[in-house]
Amino acid sequence: MTAATTSAAATGARPVESTARRRRAARLGVRSIVLLYLLLLLVLPVAMVFVRAFEGGIEPFLKAMARPSFQSAFWLTIQIACITIPVTTVMGVITALAIVRRRFPGRWLLNALVDLPFALSPVVIGLSLFLVYGVNSPLGGWLQSMGITVIFAMPGMVLATIFVCLPFVIREVIPVLREIGTDQEEAAYTLGASPWRTFWRVTLPAIRWGIMYGVILTTARALGEYGAVAIVSGKLSGKTETLTTHVEERYLAFDLVGAYTASIVLGLLALVVLLGMQLLQSGRLRRRGPRTSDTPGSAGSRLGTTSPAPDGAATPGGT
Amino acid sequence: MDHIRHRRPLGVGALTIGLSLAIAGGAVAQDAAPSFEAAPGALTLVAYTTPREAYEELIPLFQATPEGQGVTFEESYGPSGDQSRAVSAGLAADVLALALWPDVERLVEAGIVAPDWDENEYGGIIHDSVAVFAVRPGNPKGILTWEDLTREDVVVITPNPITSGGAQWNILAAYQAQILAGKTEEEAIDFLTRLASRVAVWDRGARDALTTFANGQGDVLIAYENEALFARDAGVPLDVVVPDATILIENSLAPTLIGDAPVQGQAFVDFLYTPDAQRVYARHHFRPVLPEVLAEFDFYQPPQLFTVADLGGWPEARPRFFDPNTGIMAQIFQTLGIGS
Amino acid sequence: MTSAVDARPDHRSGVLGSYDGRGFMGPGLAALYLGLIVLIPITALIWQSVSGGLDSFLTAVTRPQAFAAITLTFLMSLGVVLINAVMGTLIAWVLVRDDFPGKRLVNSLIDLPFALPTIVTGLTLLTLYGPRSPFGINVAYAPAAIILALLFVTLPFVVRSVQPVLLELDRDMEEAAASLGAGPGTVVRRIILPNLVPAILTGGALAFARCIGEFGSVVLISGNIPFRTEVASVYIMGQVEADQPGEAAAVSLVLLVTSLVLLVTFDLVRRRVSHHEEPA
Repeated sequence: MTAATTSAAATGARPVESTARRRRAARLGVRSIVLLYLLLLLVLPVAMVFVRAFEGGIEPFLKAMARPSFQSAFWLTIQIACITIPVTTVMGVITALAIVRRRFPGRWLLNALVDLPFALSPVVIGLSLFLVYGVNSPLGGWLQSMGITVIFAMPGMVLATIFVCLPFVIREVIPVLREIGTDQEEAAYTLGASPWRTFWRVTLPAIRWGIMYGVILTTARALGEYGAVAIVSGKLSGKTETLTTHVEERYLAFDLVGAYTASIVLGLLALVVLLGMQLLQSGRLRRRGPRTSDTPGSAGSRLGTTSPAPDGAATPGGT
Repeated sequence: MDHIRHRRPLGVGALTIGLSLAIAGGAVAQDAAPSFEAAPGALTLVAYTTPREAYEELIPLFQATPEGQGVTFEESYGPSGDQSRAVSAGLAADVLALALWPDVERLVEAGIVAPDWDENEYGGIIHDSVAVFAVRPGNPKGILTWEDLTREDVVVITPNPITSGGAQWNILAAYQAQILAGKTEEEAIDFLTRLASRVAVWDRGARDALTTFANGQGDVLIAYENEALFARDAGVPLDVVVPDATILIENSLAPTLIGDAPVQGQAFVDFLYTPDAQRVYARHHFRPVLPEVLAEFDFYQPPQLFTVADLGGWPEARPRFFDPNTGIMAQIFQTLGIGS
Repeated sequence: MTSAVDARPDHRSGVLGSYDGRGFMGPGLAALYLGLIVLIPITALIWQSVSGGLDSFLTAVTRPQAFAAITLTFLMSLGVVLINAVMGTLIAWVLVRDDFPGKRLVNSLIDLPFALPTIVTGLTLLTLYGPRSPFGINVAYAPAAIILALLFVTLPFVVRSVQPVLLELDRDMEEAAASLGAGPGTVVRRIILPNLVPAILTGGALAFARCIGEFGSVVLISGNIPFRTEVASVYIMGQVEADQPGEAAAVSLVLLVTSLVLLVTFDLVRRRVSHHEEPA
């Protein structure tokens, strides 16, 4: 609120010049506060990790990456992400379509359940899976007798990651589906297109940015999830250790370089994710891109003009 | 299905899905990833975190012996309690190296460990340690005895004994030292209360506590001797004080009944009791269980060294002290909690 | 810029039933998915925490250490949300109304906390504001460390929900009001704030829910000192590691219910305050 007050700090009665000057001063002040805040909270800490990691040159860094436990943690993390992303994407689109386009009893419950992972602590998510699939539960015990171990093993870690990542695609796609309405689908449908064809040619092109944005958020979370995975995995080095739990393990073993190395690998992956987000945002702005314009008057081009980007602020012309 | 004919405008979304599925397929086939099913003939060692560096040295040594020739290893390290729970939940294991007796014993009922696992010559113990005080270099606060830990000017760090099995040694040591000093049980419990009130950080595990201390918290950390010396080797500035009355920490080792490589597992266990292997432990600051090897190294023998057996053994001591609801420590936490 | 008008209620889809033909993509799959992944585990959690009866639930959550952890969590979260409401709005303001070289970079930076794994966040903050801090600022193991970690991870929420609203806010209206003699205070109070409040509340609610459950960024830096810096999620983790899933489940239920109640309340308030918000 301070920002608003100060930046508009001029009354109509004042001379125009003084008003402009005061506005500029206020603007500079607010800008400095904001930039300093971001510098201290975000930029410097992240920069410091790089400084510390490469204090001893690149060699310790490479050595830390060659550790078998790093290798196994890295590949396990990638594996989990590669299972999670397709599942949450496909099921996410199906769920979003069901919630937006269909009327059925219990729809509100589905809608509420989608948000639950956002409202839950990752630790609580881990615990809830632990309670269902732990050997002491009936289900866990039965699975165990069938030779399937969930907790302290891969299946539990995948379940936990899907759980925490579940809302992203759905929540990105739902508003887009609402936005585009049903006109185009209806038109395609009445013109005799099959539901499949309608989906591929009308709905999917319209929601693709939403899907991709959701996929990117999912990727970030799947690679970086810690709390839920920590509980269901038991953090067993060499077996169920992911990159995030590897960071903790190395830190606790006084191997700071090892911890920083894994952190930087995760950080670089995060950077790729950030770049992807940026690209998508500018992609959304390219309203008459070749892909949308080749379907004249399609939902896709309509989407471009009204897309409710969760980060619509990226619009450069908006300022 | 007619939709197959209309694939041209697939859209980026579909492409993404396809791509990630392809990656998934590729990644699952990735062989650098950890396997949850032990490879045939591989010996799976499930150990707690502390002796990790020792095993990284011991395994090649074993593989150089006739019995160990060609034996491949799968290793997993983690907090002792988690490892125990993981094995009971189905984690494959041939040999267990855990921090304390109850973590192995609880696997007996499930048929994972033989009931007589602790009845070998060494009682199922592979190496020992003692509970010590890690203090700042030069011991500026002059901390030498358990009594010193309750001084007003001393800040203590120890893991939480309710959550960390390893921390239970510390509490038992503090208690029994009082009994040996001629105190009554009541006075000893009162001592534990005063000690607990000096603790600034109750970490979840021994390693967390060590890190907390290394990061500058507290004047003294109650730790295992080997952990404190490990931290010193890793460059943490600290001195180690062995109190005159302290507990002998006994770490367990057991082959399992469920392993894929029972013969090799037993051979590995036997190897770990050889003088050569025990020397490796000793170099990593564990006290060897072979007396002749112990004598080769310069471990300080405290005059009043006791074991958990002096407290009635784990089956008696554990519920009495560490039951999360009715145990002595739970009551102390409750008292202090209400107080603060 | 016309999204509010354009977003049509989807009542027509019932008539349409685009995908009814094959039963393909039906709600059944969605229900199965959400049921298996979310509903069953959460039911198990609730069952675990209430199956011992109300008494044992109450004992578990009023245990001094548990109660202290819950209280601390809520206090810290509240403080962080308040700071976020102010700083997040300021940041959004600068990103929308200000212009300076590198603004786009700053804008992308806002998403960093979403992209960076929480455990890395914790280590990162510990590196700069821990015992080896080059500035000599050491907040590790103090409540301030929790605030710092939570501020980091919740930074984007308010910014990203206020930003689009500010963007769409018609500046003509402000200028018109100003030229009609309205003071800056009046412009802010009557024109800007009413438009921003729903967004601030939305962002704040999301940030609060995140704070209550935050674990990874806090666990390394908070020191886990019962009654002082142990937050609820760390307490839950400790109870799981101590083989006390019942205790953990009870505290979990408190977190679950509180954040749900708060989210719903925030949402209701937001709808009441908001004049042109589309029906969800």
